[in-house]
Amino acid sequence: MAKKLVYMDNNATTPVDPEVAKTTMESLEFYGNPSSMHTMGREAHDRIEKARFLTASLVHARPHEMIFTGCGSESNNAVINLLFSEELQKSRRRKFISSVIEHPSIHELDSMLKRRGIDVVRVPVDKEGLVDMEAYAQALDDSTALVSIMTANNEIGTIQDIESLTSLAHDHGALMHTDAVQAAGKIEIDVRKTKVDYMSLSGHKLYAPKGIGALYIRSGAPFSPFLLGGHQESGRRAGTYNTTGIISMGAAAEIALKHLDEEIKRIGGLRDALEEGIRERISDIRVNGHPEHRVPGTANISFLGAEGESILLYLDMEGVQVSTGSACATGSLEPSYVLMETGIGAELSHGSIRFSLGRFTTAEEVDYVLDVLPPIIERLRRMSTL
Amino acid sequence: MSSDKGFMFNWVYTEKVKEHFVNPRNILEDPDYPDDGKGMVGSMACGDQMMVVIQVENDKIADIKWKTYGCASAIASTSMMSEMVKGMALEEAYMLTPQDITEKLGGLPEHKFHCSVLGDKALRAAIDDYLERKGMDNPYKKHVARIVCECKGVTDQQIEQLVKDSKVSTLEQLQSETGLGTVCGKCKEQAEHMLHEFLHMYGR
Repeated sequence: MAKKLVYMDNNATTPVDPEVAKTTMESLEFYGNPSSMHTMGREAHDRIEKARFLTASLVHARPHEMIFTGCGSESNNAVINLLFSEELQKSRRRKFISSVIEHPSIHELDSMLKRRGIDVVRVPVDKEGLVDMEAYAQALDDSTALVSIMTANNEIGTIQDIESLTSLAHDHGALMHTDAVQAAGKIEIDVRKTKVDYMSLSGHKLYAPKGIGALYIRSGAPFSPFLLGGHQESGRRAGTYNTTGIISMGAAAEIALKHLDEEIKRIGGLRDALEEGIRERISDIRVNGHPEHRVPGTANISFLGAEGESILLYLDMEGVQVSTGSACATGSLEPSYVLMETGIGAELSHGSIRFSLGRFTTAEEVDYVLDVLPPIIERLRRMSTL
Repeated sequence: MSSDKGFMFNWVYTEKVKEHFVNPRNILEDPDYPDDGKGMVGSMACGDQMMVVIQVENDKIADIKWKTYGCASAIASTSMMSEMVKGMALEEAYMLTPQDITEKLGGLPEHKFHCSVLGDKALRAAIDDYLERKGMDNPYKKHVARIVCECKGVTDQQIEQLVKDSKVSTLEQLQSETGLGTVCGKCKEQAEHMLHEFLHMYGR
């Protein structure tokens, strides 16, 4: 039994903020179907619209531009589904551009898209995880229908220049989507400034419960519903409204926006302290991702000569919860494709640990990790063939 | 978020695996360990690498030490293997299979079995090395060979050796080298699977 539990896996999912949880519990009272005309239905409807306003505000969108979905992956899938809409089919634009480090809910659709006649291009990234702008500009042409590039990467935290990427896409008449699941509530996001056409969000990365996502659809941007057979969300997503999920997400978005500046500083400071501490205490490490353009809570670090799953499990025994890019933890023989695409090599990818700090991470917890981690790495290196 | 109440671990591994992972036995610590045979398999790039050194007395494994770069099941299975073969006759040790080790560990998750249980191969490599140093023929080798392609009589050891010598890296190359799977073709799928395991194991 570990003495202490230190949760440093906030990029995988966040705990529900107690403030959000209160709202979640209260929302259970509003069980009337939001589509019903009676008072109870209207009450639930009003709460949902309030949540829509709050969620939209987090990214400076207008309420009617935000629809709720089941999760970030659904939002991503719904946008990809556009490629098969009548409108885009007619336009003869058959090219879809994304990056090599997208989330599986974009990444793994490639073969399906190719089978269905879409010309898929994946743009490479540099060693820090930034999209290669030259390759991107070259890939873009007037046959490009849609571009999808994530705002921030889940594993290494690298933040892309979405504004420039969007502007280039628009120059060619292409539509622009960004998966902002790992960025919303962590950095300032303004859809009016970046001018993206679509953006995916997820509740459970934002201290709301699991099972709720959102999709920003710019007013006037084409859209083809992914889930059919209902009038909900103005015909853009069928299915009874998830009242509890939506209200919780609204509450989470409100809190995130209110504390954004202060959290960027505080969580960023803790992350920097963790990285600095690890650098001081452990030799032969590599900090992955971009040194500056990175979300505040993410520290992805490779330890040479120590394998990721073993580090993860020894840390688990000390109560510290983290992730690894090692193949051994994924069930395949290949390590993290994100790390491999940044070109750091298989050895460093196998030895990578992602610490993702969040709203409830404390300075004491960072100190605790700095105490328990060095002996673990030393022990593994001693028994390693290195 | 932290709690001082503590919590119980919940792993995909059995208690036995956990125990060997946390307290691995027979790790090589002495850089001047006088070994009679040494074997190394896997590669760091593949995520698992194992080194085994043995001391031999009267055709028995008098002592064994090891080092491993790898995941929990790689560490635990090597540790378990080292306990199993201490005092064992060379011939018996040479026949040890990944199944034997896995059984003693109370099982491993399916996807871990193939990639992480390399201890038996490292041990075999160490015994090979011992016999080579002694200038002795290897009397055990033929016993553990298993026929993969019945039509052409191709064994798993042949495939392993070809991979080890960097002679084949694809099924096509294996087919042109040995004729495997060129008659009834029944074994192709299994052979390809095996080929990939050996490629992984030897970091090719």
